[in-house]
Amino acid sequence: MKRLGRIVLFFGALILIWALAVASGRWSAVILPSPESVAEYLWGATLDGSLIEATEVTVRRLLVGYFIGVAIGLPIGLFMSRSQFLEDTLGSLALGLQTLPSVCWVPLALIWFGQSEFAMLFVVVMGTVGSVVIATDHGARSIPPIFARAARTMGSEGFHQWTRVILPASLPFLVSGMKQGWAFAWRSLMAAEIYVTILTGFGLGHLLHYGRELNAMEQVIGVMLVIVVIGLLADRVLFSPWERFMHRRWGTDVRQS
Amino acid sequence: MMQREVSDRVHPAKLTVEGVTKRFQSGSGEVHALDDISLEVGEREFLCLVGPSGCGKSTLLDIMAGLTKADSGRVLADGVPIEGPGPQRMVMFQQEALFPWLTAHGNVMFGLKLKRDLSRGRRRELAAEYLALVGLEAFSRGNVHELSGGMKQRVALARALAPDPKVLLMDEPFAALDAMTRDQLYGDIQRIWTQRGKTIVFVTHDVREAVCLGDRVLLMSPRPGRIVREFKVPLPRPRDINSPALAELAAEIAVALRDCGQSIP
Repeated sequence: MKRLGRIVLFFGALILIWALAVASGRWSAVILPSPESVAEYLWGATLDGSLIEATEVTVRRLLVGYFIGVAIGLPIGLFMSRSQFLEDTLGSLALGLQTLPSVCWVPLALIWFGQSEFAMLFVVVMGTVGSVVIATDHGARSIPPIFARAARTMGSEGFHQWTRVILPASLPFLVSGMKQGWAFAWRSLMAAEIYVTILTGFGLGHLLHYGRELNAMEQVIGVMLVIVVIGLLADRVLFSPWERFMHRRWGTDVRQS
Repeated sequence: MMQREVSDRVHPAKLTVEGVTKRFQSGSGEVHALDDISLEVGEREFLCLVGPSGCGKSTLLDIMAGLTKADSGRVLADGVPIEGPGPQRMVMFQQEALFPWLTAHGNVMFGLKLKRDLSRGRRRELAAEYLALVGLEAFSRGNVHELSGGMKQRVALARALAPDPKVLLMDEPFAALDAMTRDQLYGDIQRIWTQRGKTIVFVTHDVREAVCLGDRVLLMSPRPGRIVREFKVPLPRPRDINSPALAELAAEIAVALRDCGQSIP
């Protein structure tokens, strides 16, 4: 309760400073909209459904693309960790792709797939795969060999060893790699949505873009807030349970020691 | 009930090592780790392999486990050549080999889950039984990082014993522990060995430890790794590592060990 109080107080203070800055009258509403107008926009856009629809479109693209990316990246990373050949070939490729900001895929995606859902998915997948591959490979290589040896003596081989020993043992690396993949996917999707109009669905990025075109700053800031909240929620829902599990099992929570 | 269970258990195996040779490539050239080693471990025997570090005793244990392949020669368990590792021969390592993503109970269950013929309930029962055997029933939900060094090795022992292997191979399992914890574990392992009747091969560089635990102590010399002497330990059990009779025999073996150590060119 005390922690919640502090959080509420902190954000309350931020909004207050914002309201005071608006009240000072130094900036026009086009540059700095008031907190009330942003709240009004969010409320109105929620009621007329435009915000909810855009959120749905964006989150669907993100989740589908992200899980495809993980499903591709995880096995590749695992295989890479066991083969010097794959490490030298696919490994260098993945490293190279990871350094490429994934929004750079947008022009290519548009030419290949047109202004379609597929183009958006492609950008998200490309943003995710590199990080997941590299984190999985690194994680699986960092496992103390004693775990695999112990598992073998107990009769764990092949698929059983991959799923029951190598994957859980590399969990700390996997989670950080997946978080990074998630961050890249989210950023690239937003960039892509702001950059191009996709005819099959209006996402949050498009709302943001049209807010600017219409000089509706309350819309721009409102949509930005929604984007932040989705990012926070994703972290809580997708990653926090894993991180809590890891801290408990591995004993890696610094606050407890 | 305990009595009936003991009779249900698998028969401990006889191990035969025939002319095992192993060489490694290292930075400083070729290391002749094992040179034509032959030995026999009887059913229910507690055999200790003693030697200075680098004499190849851990390599020999790995070959017996099936984790490492010998360059030549072979190892037989009850007359059948060992092709690879398997739950008939469990290994307990010196380093911490418990899985940190599982609880103590989960670690013991790991090997049990790989035994298809057991029901779920029976697996749980066995895990609880073996955790109790090593005195850790109260810590079954404990995370690995919360256990002390001695408790971790106890869980490792329970994990190795629970699937009821014919042979237990122990690679300096107590080397990293403090003396008091070690003394306790010497008592535990002797009691468990007497109760469960396993064939045990125990590798150590500590002569007193070997004399305390083994029916027989084999002395190994390094580079190339060879078995140079054999000592029978006729002392009654349970043995106390601090007893004078034990110390006397240990002193004799230690002298022999020093002599073979000096023969290194």
